Amino acid sequence: MKRRSWIQASFLLCTTVLTSCSRDQGQGDEILIGEYGSLTGTTATFGISTMNGIEMALDEVNQSGGLLGKTVRVIVEDDQGRPEEAQTVVTKLITRDRVVALLGEVASSRTLAAAPVAQQMGIPMVSPSSTNPAVTEVGDFIFRVCFIDPFQGLVMAKFAAQSLQLTDVAVLRDIKNDYSVGLADVFVENFRTLGGTIVADEGYSEGDTDFSAQLTSIRARRPQAIFVPGYYTEVGLIARQAKSLGIEVPLLGGDGWDSPSLVEIGGAALEGSYFSNHYSVDDPSPAIQKFVGDYRDRYGATPDALAGLGYDAAQILFDAIRRAGSADPTAIRDALAQTKDFAGVTGVTTLDENRNAVKPAVVLQVNDGKLVYVETINP
Amino acid sequence: METFLQQLVNGISQGSAYALIALGYTMVYGVLKLINFAHSDVYMFGAFMGFYIANSSWFQATMGTSVLSGVVVLLGAMVLASMLGILIERFAYRPGRSPSPGTLAFWFGILGAGFGYLLGKTPGAVAAGVLAGIVVGVILEKWGVRPRAQSSSLKILIIAIGVSFFLENSGQQVFGADPKFFPQIIPTKVLNVAGLSLDSQKLTVLGVAIVLMVLLNVIVNYTKTGRAMRAVSFNLDAARLMGINTDRIIAFTFGLGSALAGAGGILVSLMYPKIDPLMGILPGLKAFVAAVLGGIGNITGAMFGGLIIGLAEVMAVGYGQSTYRDAIAFVILVLILLIKPTGIMGKGMVEKV
Repeated sequence: MKRRSWIQASFLLCTTVLTSCSRDQGQGDEILIGEYGSLTGTTATFGISTMNGIEMALDEVNQSGGLLGKTVRVIVEDDQGRPEEAQTVVTKLITRDRVVALLGEVASSRTLAAAPVAQQMGIPMVSPSSTNPAVTEVGDFIFRVCFIDPFQGLVMAKFAAQSLQLTDVAVLRDIKNDYSVGLADVFVENFRTLGGTIVADEGYSEGDTDFSAQLTSIRARRPQAIFVPGYYTEVGLIARQAKSLGIEVPLLGGDGWDSPSLVEIGGAALEGSYFSNHYSVDDPSPAIQKFVGDYRDRYGATPDALAGLGYDAAQILFDAIRRAGSADPTAIRDALAQTKDFAGVTGVTTLDENRNAVKPAVVLQVNDGKLVYVETINP
Repeated sequence: METFLQQLVNGISQGSAYALIALGYTMVYGVLKLINFAHSDVYMFGAFMGFYIANSSWFQATMGTSVLSGVVVLLGAMVLASMLGILIERFAYRPGRSPSPGTLAFWFGILGAGFGYLLGKTPGAVAAGVLAGIVVGVILEKWGVRPRAQSSSLKILIIAIGVSFFLENSGQQVFGADPKFFPQIIPTKVLNVAGLSLDSQKLTVLGVAIVLMVLLNVIVNYTKTGRAMRAVSFNLDAARLMGINTDRIIAFTFGLGSALAGAGGILVSLMYPKIDPLMGILPGLKAFVAAVLGGIGNITGAMFGGLIIGLAEVMAVGYGQSTYRDAIAFVILVLILLIKPTGIMGKGMVEKV
């Protein structure tokens, strides 16, 4: 509640500041950037983590003198986790606050609702962590700093074939879920290219609770691992049932596994399983350790992947404004499109011609109920 | 061959879950000729009660993972579920049969709780809302406003559907819509017999289902209350004339059926530990198909019906497509209604004129 009223107060303040200001953003002594996210609602942690990450990046840039000799200010709006609200607040940020660029959202559905507005108004938008491929297909003003869903299929295929030296892998995919099907298709294709064999390819539907029939069919083919690119709820149940059928091979998966509930559901059955994610707090690289330390000092919590991606999204946007040498939205868009080899906490980011990030993914292993960093896989 | 036998085992354990729910369905139908659509939601309620008992600080402090704690949770959930069943019967189904005082006060009290929560979101506001609702209900009844009593099976069927929706949606409000995870309260062991993996939990579920089936048969066929239940089933008015307290027998039937649903909720959650307020819908429908397949009203038939549905489902997934999982039960329903509408073990019913 306190934060909400603070946001509203700052919003009021900036509207009064702005009504006295002309349309040209270059004239003021501030560069205004809009941020929208789910600060309340069922996915409140998504929005709050991202906002914390952005706040850290903002303070760093302002302490080192701001951008183009001006102070940067981020106006935060809460979309309550609702796509239609996301569209409304983005319209407000662009038309009333006159921001020059936008940061957000986490959930692809909300980014997809807001992106057409930004595209139409010609304001560049950087999504920290929406992984659905359709997001950047909205138009040339929409960027993202995370990898897209199918990339994780490639990462796990490489990891299985090269790091684990596996030859026979089974796939168990959620046939009702685009994310899962996308990952599974890319995994199958790349694992075969790398010389492996897919010994079984079974399906289930989100919401199922019994997977014993599929797992029994898979068991008969004796795979060395099972690729399960689903969400954590089903993955936990699958792991348990696999164990009770005497299947001892590790499971492999994607960032849909990333939840504190994963280990609660799967328990000991998940020990030794691997999944790909955006970053790991255990990554020994000094940049990451500095970020994790600063974040813990400031917020008293361990930053999740969303905080890291929020931090990187803001840094990449600031870098683009610096290179553009102007706060003109179109100039910022052009500079963003040129982002190359940007070193952030979630890896080295290059934006490709489709405005998607080309960056490494990390592989984590469940070990003693904790997620342990295994290795980084480059595209 | 080994794979086929394992699929057989999988099918039987899935089927015993359906059989457990089907037992309660079929017994209530056998006595009252009412398809109790709220049954699958009492099943959900039982699972949640077990979840809260097992996660309570008292339970955590005194009980560990043992067979005894499994029994405690099972019995606790059965008692609470049967209380809910009796409550539903008293305030939703009985007013549909005969005028019963207090009905309006009960439902207005629930409405009041909702309004109180909307206004205040504190226990005090909710309690005030309940009180206000009850007062309004009592006053209305005093004025002579009361549900019209005119017994018809269609009316009670529609009430049952309404109660089912009410429980599902208030469950989402009270328990939360996000899935919860049922704790491991009984020890698990995987037995390996000739290449087959037998999970001790699944064996427990099958065993308890068979025990409950036998117990139910004994109660219905060999006790005095059971005889009264059969008399009520045969002819309600004649039973009342013979001095049977029919309302009490019907309440007992609902309590027993709901206790079975509660037991089903616990046992299925041990095998498949994800629970949510809508968890009863699909298993409930499939258990209903199982009851029809076995011959609705026939207790042994419900057991076999459940096992057949479970086996058919697992075989469809194991040797076909996982997308057919939910279709197969309803294909069976259509076939059985076309070929033998009374079910495998059902007797032909002659409509009395």
